[in-house]
Amino acid sequence: MTAATKTIPQQAEEFLSHPDFAEVQRVVRNAPPRYRNEMGKYSIHRASTCVSCGKCVEICQYGVHTKPEGYRQVIRPFDYKCIGPECEKSGRFCIANCPQHALSLDENPVFKTLGDCRWTPDLLASNWIMAETGRQPPKHLESQTGNSGGGFDRLRFVFPDKIPSGLRREDISTELLLNKRKNDSRPKIKIDVPWYGGGMSFGSTNIRAQLAKVRAAKAWNTFSCTGEGGYPERFIPYKDYMITQVATGLFGVREETIQRARIVEFKYAQGAKPGLGGHLLGDKNTPAVAAMREAVVGTSLFSPFPFHSVYSIEDHKKHLDWIAHVNRTALLSAKVSTPNDVEMVAVGSYCAGAHIVHMDGSYGGTGAAPNIAKKNIAMPIEYAISNVHQFLVAEGVRDEVTLIVSGGIRNPWDIAKAIAMGADGVVMGTAELVALGCIRCGCCESGRGCARGICTTDDELLQLLTVDWCTQRLINLHTAFRECLVDILYRLGIESVAALRGRTDVLMHLDYQNDKDRKQ
Amino acid sequence: MPAKFHIHTRLTPPRIRPEGKLGIVDWREDCSSCKNCVKKGCVYGLYRDEADALRDEIGYLDYIYQCKGCLTCVQNCTKNILTRVVNPEYERLGDAYYTPDIVLTTWFQAETGGVPVSGCGYGGPFSGEGFDSMWTDMSEIVRPTRDGIHGREYINTGVDIGRKLGRISFDNGKLRETPPPRLTSPLPLMFDNIEERWAHPPVVSALVNAATELGVFALVSPDRIAKLGTGATGQLVPLITGGGTGSGGQCEQAAMIMIGDSDGVVEAVAACKKENAGRIVAVRLSANKAAAQRVVWLAEQGIEVANVVFDKHGREHEPHQPRHMRDGLREIHGALVKAAIRDEITLVASGGIALPEHMAKAIICGADLVTVDIPLVLAMDCRLCGECERDEQCAVDLAGIDAAYAKSRVVNLMGSWHSQLLEMLGAMGIREARRLRGEVGRCMFFEDLERAAFGRIFGKRKDGK
Repeated sequence: MTAATKTIPQQAEEFLSHPDFAEVQRVVRNAPPRYRNEMGKYSIHRASTCVSCGKCVEICQYGVHTKPEGYRQVIRPFDYKCIGPECEKSGRFCIANCPQHALSLDENPVFKTLGDCRWTPDLLASNWIMAETGRQPPKHLESQTGNSGGGFDRLRFVFPDKIPSGLRREDISTELLLNKRKNDSRPKIKIDVPWYGGGMSFGSTNIRAQLAKVRAAKAWNTFSCTGEGGYPERFIPYKDYMITQVATGLFGVREETIQRARIVEFKYAQGAKPGLGGHLLGDKNTPAVAAMREAVVGTSLFSPFPFHSVYSIEDHKKHLDWIAHVNRTALLSAKVSTPNDVEMVAVGSYCAGAHIVHMDGSYGGTGAAPNIAKKNIAMPIEYAISNVHQFLVAEGVRDEVTLIVSGGIRNPWDIAKAIAMGADGVVMGTAELVALGCIRCGCCESGRGCARGICTTDDELLQLLTVDWCTQRLINLHTAFRECLVDILYRLGIESVAALRGRTDVLMHLDYQNDKDRKQ
Repeated sequence: MPAKFHIHTRLTPPRIRPEGKLGIVDWREDCSSCKNCVKKGCVYGLYRDEADALRDEIGYLDYIYQCKGCLTCVQNCTKNILTRVVNPEYERLGDAYYTPDIVLTTWFQAETGGVPVSGCGYGGPFSGEGFDSMWTDMSEIVRPTRDGIHGREYINTGVDIGRKLGRISFDNGKLRETPPPRLTSPLPLMFDNIEERWAHPPVVSALVNAATELGVFALVSPDRIAKLGTGATGQLVPLITGGGTGSGGQCEQAAMIMIGDSDGVVEAVAACKKENAGRIVAVRLSANKAAAQRVVWLAEQGIEVANVVFDKHGREHEPHQPRHMRDGLREIHGALVKAAIRDEITLVASGGIALPEHMAKAIICGADLVTVDIPLVLAMDCRLCGECERDEQCAVDLAGIDAAYAKSRVVNLMGSWHSQLLEMLGAMGIREARRLRGEVGRCMFFEDLERAAFGRIFGKRKDGK
């Protein structure tokens, strides 16, 4: 039996004693949702007049109706796969073709209650379908934009009428070089897709979700991040794909965890609670979490803001020098939020020696944060990208720094827009959690933690996830994201992600006259 | 060193059933009565608590208010008979400005005194009108920073009320001029004189007692003060309209008096000061396009405090294109700065202060402090249903509210606002609310960000902003 076909163990000891379990392949496999009643836009009701003739099974091309082998009756419809009235045009509409008229179609009332302005029900469902199938979402869902009324949701691509001849989808590169510094001895690390996973700490997030994130990162030759909760030993087999984060609380930061990493990230601030630091509620501070963070069980743990050793760019440089000395090969990343002077921060970080400047905008974040901070403090990432990119260009250092952005990046279209505005790549956080079944109810901190088992340390709730299911969902998500991104580049006639950077001429804004000569 | 200001909150659950946002509806005729009902597995124990409450008749409980909307029961039900719905009663709460979300979050703060917290980022609109088109700044690497709510540094939310001398001079070592009276409020807010329809005796009494406990000032009309009897305290600010001058001992205990603006307001203030020596006398005026000019003139006449009143949604009282407080305050503050008399008058902004962020943003736009009105009534379970306006029976029986309960809810609300103000000040790297006034450098405005980020790429906005 190969590792790929084994069930991935859930216990840490098994992981460490069987390094082959760390093997993971970049293969799309169907990963159905883990709840009995998955949420879709439409619901189909089968009346008791159904005679199980199987006509619906025969004509439905979306897998809504099935009659498993050995069953006498057609089972309850998988209505979340239904594309709705649109199907009528195909001539294969189950409602119209049922000989008994036993089927009826309605909009799912629960679907309307999902999500919010930024993550609309359609965006959530699109993500779930990508995570299940590894393919682009179906057209009956508005999968490209949300309904926030600004930023990415008002930006559109302007696709040329003709695609340059000779450009083939399979030749389009989505690679991203993370070390752009010239005359720098550190490795020129490249990742296969222009994104990596955001930091979610041990203590805030189910360890199984964390493991799946890094396994998917390994499959896609990209990175995940420890967050600030320390470096559990279960991550060691994936150390080449795990960023060690050094945050203000310095939880679990040790010489060996710094030396283990290919990238070390300093978290100066985070978009969800800029200027406020982190806070792990006492209930989540279990014995395992406390041991990892070298803290007392059950006490609330604060990651204060800011780094009290850093009050200037010169101090920042000393900080980076410290890590550069401890690990002679790691790339250095500085994660900052988006204040008024974010351009100065970015150029300062470059001058201090950072290879990667990671800007986290105000509307993102996965962990619990005060609502007042999420809505009001620091600027949305859409503004920061454009400003920082232009500033770095003007300073003549744009090609020596990798600009990574996060904070509200939901889908491949957001990724492409961010890069066209001037980013090199992005960090994903919430999108990965949604793929694992997050519905953004926002109750990460209530009671025993996330009721859906994603952001919790509760022993019973942890069992709601398995590592292999989560891994497959995330591998599928990455695959679908890349497929969409390649499709966008192909339609734009651009041969690589690197060539898309700063191409604002391929964008238009619905609220603007778009009358400027926008050729770069 | 003076004692640190702290608001002691205590859990005060609602006295009547509040409206929640989400509820679970089940179609019981389809229920198969399986032995593994998902209701047993509710992570939050809502159904269990509901059953206990029904059986034992213990207190108030409503799972529509308490349901977290995690969908676990809906998605796991064997027969798929559960449906999540948005409570239609919830959608009827408040109005276009005081949205259902604002009403619900105010109730939460009044109940717990805590800061509303949630995960998964921000889910609201990208930006909006008025205060929703401002973002506050945060410090990072290149500026000094503060520890915020859980930190080691003390952030002072106190503000001064009254005129400050532009300079002092001495005559044989003694001050030539007696400094004008000055008051300090531990929070940059005052309680406003709530509308008549809500001003039932226990409500007014609760507000006055809460103001006294908090040490903030409360505007109350003299007739209401008279009804309070022995409960009146120095935190009361008599609000005198109709040409009164605070005579007849009605302002005996007051440290400050506020009178309505009029053509003869300077004389009225002088008369009021004569009747009530040593008191600050403030002038309350309507916010309109001439307000900046008027406030500068008042300051030049020696008026110590100007209370500029916008409508309940934070807009000017103008028939055509009223501006939001955001722009009106900036103009007034800017005019005072330009005239070099900013510290000679305290600017109090009223109207549309619905959330703690509005308080901070109004101060950034130039106010010294704000007044709060409707949120105080919301804290007492009001739903802004408007039935009292139509002389119908109040759905939450505000007239019969227990004053101690109401006071506790208001103190909790202010405790939460205080904590949230600390969060914003800490993030901005500001240690004193006094220093926040007019600090537009610690703020980002929608139109400026749009111009800088998108204007140079896409040209002009279609709406001209």
